[in-house]
Amino acid sequence: MIVAVASGKGGTGKTTLAVNLAMSAARSGRAVRLLDCDVEEPNCALYLRPEIARTAPVHVPVPVLDEALCQECGACSRICEFHAIAYFGHKPSLFPDLCHGCGGCMLVCPTGALSERGLEIGVVEEGARGACELVQGRLLVGKPMSPPIIREVRARVRPGVLHVLDCPPGNSCPLVASLRGVDFVVLAAEPTRFGVHDLGLVVETLRQIGLPFGVVLNRDAPDERLLTEYCRREGVDILARIPDDRRIAEAGSRGEVLVEALPELQQVFEDLWTAIRARAPAGG
Amino acid sequence: MKILVTAKGKTMDAQLDPRFGRAEVFLVYDPDTRALEAVDNEAGRGASQGAGIMAAELAVRLGAGVVLTGHCGPNSFRALKAAGVAVVSGVTGTVREAVDAYLAGKLSPAAAPDVQGHWA
Repeated sequence: MIVAVASGKGGTGKTTLAVNLAMSAARSGRAVRLLDCDVEEPNCALYLRPEIARTAPVHVPVPVLDEALCQECGACSRICEFHAIAYFGHKPSLFPDLCHGCGGCMLVCPTGALSERGLEIGVVEEGARGACELVQGRLLVGKPMSPPIIREVRARVRPGVLHVLDCPPGNSCPLVASLRGVDFVVLAAEPTRFGVHDLGLVVETLRQIGLPFGVVLNRDAPDERLLTEYCRREGVDILARIPDDRRIAEAGSRGEVLVEALPELQQVFEDLWTAIRARAPAGG
Repeated sequence: MKILVTAKGKTMDAQLDPRFGRAEVFLVYDPDTRALEAVDNEAGRGASQGAGIMAAELAVRLGAGVVLTGHCGPNSFRALKAAGVAVVSGVTGTVREAVDAYLAGKLSPAAAPDVQGHWA
């Protein structure tokens, strides 16, 4: 089973939730793999502090130009949807950071002047803390494109094993790349106007993809109405409520795993697992 | 040689738009004929990526020999340089002031991009 944790808005407790979902499962004796797909800012390792055992670079195929073969026709520039090749009537200028690696330019070049090379854009690292294994993608500083790294992280899913997946914030390509083939999505949501707005965008996205999901209401307070009312109106299940508790914030800011620092939270997360299993079609 | 100014409006009294790739309007002034052409930079402004390169391609199609703008990032700069278009960055005020200053020889072309990509 693969459970993804997403949020829409950043800073709502997505990584905290993913880490503690994984660690609570590990503490109750299950083998679990935590996949950090937030490759622009992979933060699960700050809490997990794993030993990194393996590192593999991630490359995307980008074109290189053999100027001697180029006849300056501009076909490569015209086919490029991503403006990675500029053409002004002379030899084209290549902008590999903008390239999505589709290979179209190489197909249309009539003289074979364009060939492929690998451009390193990030790494995938693997390690473990006890029964919890971590796979994290990391985009190199200055590189603009994260989905190829997310796909490499996702390629390390093992059949039959429980996976918790920390998604990137937002609801664009990086989120969609992360969500391919997941069984259930947990949405970390905070009760602020901004939080509710961005949650709504992700709910819309998930409904279009057709994935089952539920909300974990983070920083809950006795007078909380905003998010509860949204979920009631939209027919979205609230799977768990995490109280707005200073001790949780302090443990988090020290980089501690909550279910270790505050053992009474273990039960909250075990109940959350029960709620997820009841709703995930694959079960497990 | 035609002068392209990035602008927030379509007249000589419009304010210069400090962005190149995502500028609102490209105003092209021909000092020989005194003709003024205003072109909406819709494609660059709405681009999800590669705005600077699209804007450079538009500048070349419009026949610009020099671009007067606020800031020019690395991709735009390289594309304009490849096309043989000079770039003057750090220009402010109205389009008329920018053109007058350029024609009076008070502005000199930049040798390098003055900002990182995606600066605004």
